Parts: sequence; structure tokens; C-alpha cells
Amino acid sequence: MPKDSGIGAPSKRREDVRFLTGAGNYTDDINVHGQAYVHFLRSDVAHGTINSINTDAAAAMSGVIRIFTGVDFEGVGGLPCGWQVTDRFGEAMQEPGHPVLAQGKVRHVGDPIAAIVADSLEEARNAAEAIELDITELPAVVDMKAALEDGATKVHDDLTSNLCYDWGFVEDNRDAVDDAIKNAAHVTTLELVNQRLVANPMEPRVAVGDYSRANDESTLYTTSQNPHVIRLLMGAFVLGIPEHKLRVVAPDVGGGFGTKIFHYAEEAFCTFAAKACNRPVKWTASRSEAFMSDAHGRDHVTKIELALDVDNNFTALRTETYANMGAYLSTFAPSVPTWLHGTLMAGNYKTPLIYVNVKAVFTNTVPVDAYRGAGRPEATFQLERVVDKAARELGVDPIALRRQNFITEFPYATPVAVEYDTGDYEATMVKLEEIADISGFAARRAESEKHGKLRGFGVNCYIEACGIAPSNLVGQLGARAGLYDAATVRVNATGSISVMVGAHSHGQGHETSFPQVVAEMLGIDEGMIDIVHGDSSKIPFGMGTYGSRSIAVCGSAMVRATEKIIAKAKKIAAHLLEAAEADIELKDGQFSVAGTDKSVAWGDVTLAAYVPHNYPLEDIEPGLEETAFYDPANFTYPAGAYACEVEVDPETGQVTVDRFVAADDFGNIINPMIVSGQVHGGLAQGIGQALLENCAYDENGQLLSASYMDYAMPRADDVPFYEVDHSAQTPCTHNPLGVKGCGEAGAIGSPPTIINAVIDALHSGGYDVTHIDMPASPSRVWAAMNAVK
Amino acid sequence: MYAFDFERPTTLADAVAALSKDEAQALGGGQTLIPTLKQRLASPSALVSLTGIADMKGICTSDDGALCIGGGTTHATVAREAADSFPALSDLAGNIGDPAVRNRGTIGGSLANNDPAACYPSAALATAATLVTNSRSIGADDYFQGMFTTALEEGEIVTEVRFPIPEKAAYMKFEQPASRFAMVGVFMAKYTDGVRVAVTGASEEGVFRWTEAETALSANFSGDSLSGVSLSGEGMITDLHGSGDYRAHLVGVMTRRAVAAAR
Repeated sequence: MPKDSGIGAPSKRREDVRFLTGAGNYTDDINVHGQAYVHFLRSDVAHGTINSINTDAAAAMSGVIRIFTGVDFEGVGGLPCGWQVTDRFGEAMQEPGHPVLAQGKVRHVGDPIAAIVADSLEEARNAAEAIELDITELPAVVDMKAALEDGATKVHDDLTSNLCYDWGFVEDNRDAVDDAIKNAAHVTTLELVNQRLVANPMEPRVAVGDYSRANDESTLYTTSQNPHVIRLLMGAFVLGIPEHKLRVVAPDVGGGFGTKIFHYAEEAFCTFAAKACNRPVKWTASRSEAFMSDAHGRDHVTKIELALDVDNNFTALRTETYANMGAYLSTFAPSVPTWLHGTLMAGNYKTPLIYVNVKAVFTNTVPVDAYRGAGRPEATFQLERVVDKAARELGVDPIALRRQNFITEFPYATPVAVEYDTGDYEATMVKLEEIADISGFAARRAESEKHGKLRGFGVNCYIEACGIAPSNLVGQLGARAGLYDAATVRVNATGSISVMVGAHSHGQGHETSFPQVVAEMLGIDEGMIDIVHGDSSKIPFGMGTYGSRSIAVCGSAMVRATEKIIAKAKKIAAHLLEAAEADIELKDGQFSVAGTDKSVAWGDVTLAAYVPHNYPLEDIEPGLEETAFYDPANFTYPAGAYACEVEVDPETGQVTVDRFVAADDFGNIINPMIVSGQVHGGLAQGIGQALLENCAYDENGQLLSASYMDYAMPRADDVPFYEVDHSAQTPCTHNPLGVKGCGEAGAIGSPPTIINAVIDALHSGGYDVTHIDMPASPSRVWAAMNAVK
Repeated sequence: MYAFDFERPTTLADAVAALSKDEAQALGGGQTLIPTLKQRLASPSALVSLTGIADMKGICTSDDGALCIGGGTTHATVAREAADSFPALSDLAGNIGDPAVRNRGTIGGSLANNDPAACYPSAALATAATLVTNSRSIGADDYFQGMFTTALEEGEIVTEVRFPIPEKAAYMKFEQPASRFAMVGVFMAKYTDGVRVAVTGASEEGVFRWTEAETALSANFSGDSLSGVSLSGEGMITDLHGSGDYRAHLVGVMTRRAVAAAR
């Protein structure tokens, strides 16, 4: 029987009532009295020198308050990068400036050139059309390998080249890996592209800047996954506003997927302009603007080589990846292809020698940064594709080859610098085999063939590093921030509780799952507990939500704070019960004296804390409110095994996903329904990447997929009914809840599963296709079939 | 969106008069025009909505057996009301866009716009439909003149479309993955005097008749008769979603499937 409340209960998502009834409070719902609107005039060329910007006629137009250009921001800092990667030679990465509005040059289609603040959006747009721009177009840098050739046009004139860094990991293993590959019994090589994606949250980005002359305070309402990070970056590095004069509010946020982690120019602009114009300033991105200004994801070009011995044991792995940074370094961009990617290259396997090389490249494209999974999908895709290719080359069962190479003992120190604390890859594989009904596949394939379709089976394992991250470790790796989180548990006089958390919920269901933890610990009803998030003036200094970290890091802080509450409450209870503190037990919301029938209720204790008439004032303070900060000791390592079956129409190349099975190990689970939902969403995004989504530029740096007319998002009829299981649980050993995180798994594990299945389907039809780059669109599948016919 | 005047006449005569003004633009269901306006890609002085003209709505059968559909009839209405009389056309209408599009978009608007990936042009051309306007009747073979180009004069309104009902017909659409417009749409219509095949989505010239397939199918109405017939990728659209050769190949596949599905 599932529990009906507390940890492990499938409690219904309480926030959905307001989301589904139109009662949510999103940033665009916030209107500040007297607000003006800003429209950004953006570059329509990928690369150019700004000769002049004449705003005279535009500034005189109806409703225009002020027009800003790059010169207005010369005294202001640029947008900072939060991570400094050190290259294979011990040098710091090349780090270009990132102005709020373009200065001297434009570097990608969508780069903001001018910002028109007006009484209405229509007036701002009218004025934008009257701005006279004189821009000399320069050759666009689009292809990463061409960008690194001698004499290539430079995206940034003040850098020595378009190379951000050339990173080797682990550099000391380089020669040993080369030798192992040279001497291997078999080497499987694969060149592939992990294509550029646009995150496309349902809610576009919005920013509202407000300034109070009365107390010299600025407020930014913004669509962010981490309001405190924005306050720190924007206050300290861009605008020079001390924290106590800057409030950042991220109310209901309609999906983030990573792209709302970063600090964006529009946020700094609205905050700056609100003070400069002495008017609140609002910006709401159109969907077209989102395509050319939200940080994109992925965009890796990789060659991977897997070496095996005569017994099919993996002996070495070598990768060379070109990672697109775009035109500027977005907030965490340098960390994605390095520390979130190289460290995952061991996957679920005991490969003893691994070397990862990553060349990060500047191009005249939208900046690229973390997108659901961030580096880990790229690692998993190439590893699991090369393992599958090796199995086919060697004529062995792909599940058996994986199983044979599984890591089986924990803790396990990988050759890429991380230590998996716990896991059981066999257990998730067994679960997968049970649910996937592998023995029935042959019959299903025969049935498909009767209808002229090719059926393929694909399997995949993944590991990811979540619960980001130990601050001292990431500091050594170049992070310019700590990655702890914080929670304040405020117990009210009558026993209800507000928990102020640093994590931010933008679809994850924190408002339901976080109270389940506190309710379990105190033995009280979940409905007595609310969480408060998304407002820097209300919550402690936490680092927000990304990297499947919320419950593992912020949840742990909440546990620590609740433990402090319990400790103090027991002192109060001991006083009320005239017993020794050590004899007080808390169960089902009752404090009792062990071995007696004497007890006081939770509400009696909380009331005493705030009405301390009968209270140990000489020993403890009144009130019941505690804060804890939690810095994780290690990453967490969710893992799993996925399988799918696809049908390929050999006449058209159309791929249909018929079944998808996900067996995950997320450690302990707070709310299994929410976990399933997170997996479902991740799978949809992964299937979208595998079959549909493609952010494409032409050779001039023009965005070809600039709207939903050309950027294919997955729809409900593109995905099957999923079969998900998370009953194989190896609890995390180093956080108090034993949780690992589940937000990204689906997006990490599904793309290679799908492509492996497509390749299997094609082979069943006699098409000896070794690889298809994503998305495996009908035309690409058809072309691949034709190429081997 | 730039500012414009708005009129919603209730008679055809008033609509024609309103459209005679400089830079005035007819508005059907607005499924193309309104997004174009929102992106500031068009700036008509006035929009003349045709949705108030009752005479332009509805479906009936004429004395000669043709299905007559008012130019202001929505796709949803066609899908519903043509289901028995002309199921292939009903299928086509019922799979345009999504429910919101189908309940606003009109057959007249679609045919007047002649988007190269729209569905209706293939049905009109494959059935040799007659497009009736406020001033004349135009045969489909003369009406379609290339991408977004038709025989319509400035201010001319498609008031009705008359479809000779075929013995058998089918529309097969292969959707572009993002927009779900037709990447290739084939409307195949079989009459006593022969077969007509019209293709949308594929060609740089807009909707066209695949005459080789028509000849083959008129001689022998079976998918096998198409085995010796193929289309060149030359002149077919090449874009992010597929090459001209791929589209040409799909035309063959969709035509065979249309023959198999015809009813």
C-alpha cells in the first residue's frame, strides 16, 4: 500500500490547482504602476561593425521616453561568466567581454543593439523602425572547425583566436590512452553531432525593472530558476548595486530547462533603465526573440573511440569534441562541455583509461549553455552509441556487452575524477528486461513487417551527476560560486510552517514534495506546511534549481533546519512536561515522555514558543525558526537502463516510437508521482532531440529554425505511453534523505536509446547504416537508407 | 501590428466596394494574414472581414451533382458536412492545422492565399473544381499560377468553390515535422473519364498536376501502374526538412498510398 502522506506518498501537486485554473502569477502577470515598455532592436546580421546608430528621429516619436545604445553602458560592467576553465596547458580560457547592449560590433543574429523605452510596446516598436543603423557586415563564423583554422575571421578582435579553451581530461592519461587504443584487439570509432537545441519553455523570458527613489532600492521581477544568483551576478558584476538595495523576484515560472539559470542582458537593462528613466520598465520576449536570445543547448561535434580486448572488455576510451560557445560566454557555458561532460565519460562501465579532449569555440551564433542534462546527455549519447556500434561490429548482444562491463562495486572511483558512492546497474537492467518483454520482441517485429514497417529495439544505460555540487571541489574546478543551498523553517505560533527555500520550482512540484519531507519528520499534516521560494527578500541565500539538485541539496538543508527545530521543540516540550529532554520522543505530532502516557501536542509546543509564559527563557530563546545551509559532500549519481521500440517506414523514413521503458535508480523517492512526471517530461524532450528538434544556422549565420514553423517540438502524438519504473533504489550515501535527483534523467537516457533502435530497425531491413545524426528526421533516415542501398 | 481600419460587411456588394479602396485587404479566417500582421510584415490600410457575409457560408449540392462550398466556410464545417458526399475532401479539411485553425480558417481564404504547402489547392486542382468569384468563374487549371499567385484580380473574392464529386478519391499528406503543413500532399481523384493527381507542398512552383501519374492511372487504376513513373527532384523544394529528391520520392509514395486508400 502506498503511503497517503509524507515521504513516499504520491501526494497530488497542490500548485497545479492554480496553474490549471489560470491563477498562476507569472512575471508577465506583474504590472507595476506607471510602467513603460522596452523593445530591443536586434541585429539581423550575424557579424558586423557598427559604424553609427542614429536615434534622433526615433527619439522624437510619439511615446518614446528614451533610447539606449551601447554607449549608455560604457560605465557599466558586462555580463559575467560564472566559470573559468583552465586548458590542457594550464592557461585560463579566453574570456571575451559581453556588453549589455552591443558596443562596436554585433556578433550574432539577435544581439541587442538598441533599447527603446516608450509608453507602450507599439510605440517602442514604431520607434525602433525609425532608428538608422549603419553596420558593415563581416564574414560570419559558423562552422566550429573552420573557426579554428589559421586566418579565420575572429568573433572577438581582442582575443588571439576563436578558441575559448583546449581542455584535456585527464591530461595525465593522454599517452596511456593512446597506447591502449593502439594496442587494442578491437577499436570502434564513431563521429557524431549532438545538435544545437532551443529550450523553448512554454513561458518566454520576461523582466520588469522597478526603482524606488524613496529608499534607493531596485527590484527586478524575472523569469529565473535562481533569483539569488541573478541578484549576485547583476548587483556585483554588472550594475554595482549592493545586495541590500536589490531585490530579485522570480514568481511562478513556466518552465526553465536550464535556459532560465543564466543572467541575461534584458534583466540588467530593465533594472538599469528603471532607475535611469525613473519609470518601471517591462520586457516580454516574443517567441521569435526567444529563439534568438535564449541561451541554446548542446551543439557538440565529437569523435569517440572505444577500445576492447579480445574478451570484449572495455580497455580505453578517447574522445575529441568541438563544443560551440556561441558569440559570448553565457553564465555557466564553459563548465558544460568540461566538468559536466568529461567527468561522465565512464558511464556505467569500468573502462580503466579515459581521455577527453574538448575544444570550445566562439562562433557568430547565440550563446550556448546548460539545457536539461547539460553535458551529461552529450556524454551519454556518444558513449552509448559507440558501445552499441561496438556490439554490432563484434556480433554480440548489446545488453550482454554492457552488462559484462558494468561497474559492480561501490564506491567506485572513475578514471575521470569522480567517485560514484552507490549504484546497482544490474538491478535496473533486470527491471528493464522484465518490463520491456524482450522475449516478445520477435513476434512484434514480425507483426510490424506484415505492415511493411521495420521494427527496431534499442537499449541504453546512463549515469548522471546530480545534486550539484560540493563547493570546495567546484571551486578548484573554476566555479566562481558556491553550490550549497539553504532553507529556513519558520514555525508559526499555531503550528503551521513556512519553509523558505533557495531552490526554485518552475514545474518540479516543490510546493508539494518539500512539505512532504517536513511533514514526515514532524508527524504532522502536509497541509500545515507551505514553502516560500523565488524572492530574494524572503528566502535565505540559496543557489536555485538546476542540475537535479533541489531535493538533494536544498532538501538536505531543509532536513537540517527541521532537525534544529525538533531539537529546540523537544527542549520546550521537556519543560512543559517537566521531564528530561533526553526522554522526549516525537511521533505523529505528539511529544511524549518515553515510557509514560504524558504528552503535549505539536501545537502546544509551538504556541509556547511564541507565548512564552511557561517557558525555559533562561535556557533558550522564544520563537521557533531555524536556518541551515547544506553543502553536499559529493555529487549524486542517478543511473538507469532504458529501452524502446521504434517502427521505421522504409518508404518515407518516418520513425514512430511505439514503446519506451525507463528503469531508473533515483535513490530514495519523496513523491513517486512527481518523479514519474519528471521522467515523462525528460523523455519527451529526449525524444524531441532524437527525432525532431534542430536549431540550424546557414553559412551566413542566419537562423534557419527561427520559429515553430521550422523548429519541430515534440507533440503528444510523437511520444508513446511510457512505462517507467523507479523501484530499483540504492540510496545516496552522503545526504540525509538518500535522494539522488530525477529531473534530467529522461532527457539524458532517451536520445541514444532511440537512435540505437532506429539503427537496429534499419539493419533488420538489410540497411547497413552505422549512424544517423539527430534528429533522425524522415528525410535523414531516408537519405541514410539510400546511401547504403 | 500596424494600425488599420476594419470593416465587416454583411453583403458581397459591400465587401467588393470596401475592397476597392487603396491598400484594402480581404480577411477570411485570418490564419495566415493575422500572424503576418503581428510580425509587421504587412500594412494594409483596411481589413475587410468576409466573415459577416452569410451568403458565402455553407455547403450544398448543385443540380449537376457538384459539391458547392461557400468561400467563407470553415475547414471544420467542410470536415463535418462533406463527410458523406465527398469523404476525401472531408478528410483533407479535418486534418488541416489544429482545431483552432480549422474553426477559423476558410476554404476561400486558403485558395486565395495559395500557400505552396496548403492542402486545399491540391483538392481543387485534382477535381478540376470551379472557383466562383464575385465577378466570374475560373477553372482550377487556370486559377493556380505559382506559389502565392492566382488568377484573382485585386479585390476579387472567392465566393464559392464547386467540386465535381469523383467516383473515388483520397488525399495523402506527409507532414513537415515542425509546421505540420504538407511537405508533400497528393490529392488523387478518379472520374469516369480519367484520373487526376495534384500535388501540394513539393514544388517551387506551388501546386501542380502530375500528368505522368494521371496517364498511368487512367490506363490502369492500380498502384502497380505507377512503378515505371517517377518524378525528378528538379524544381522541388529543398529546405531544412528535406531535399528536392526526397520530396519527389514522397510524391510517388503518397500517390501510391492515395490509390490504395481511395474510396
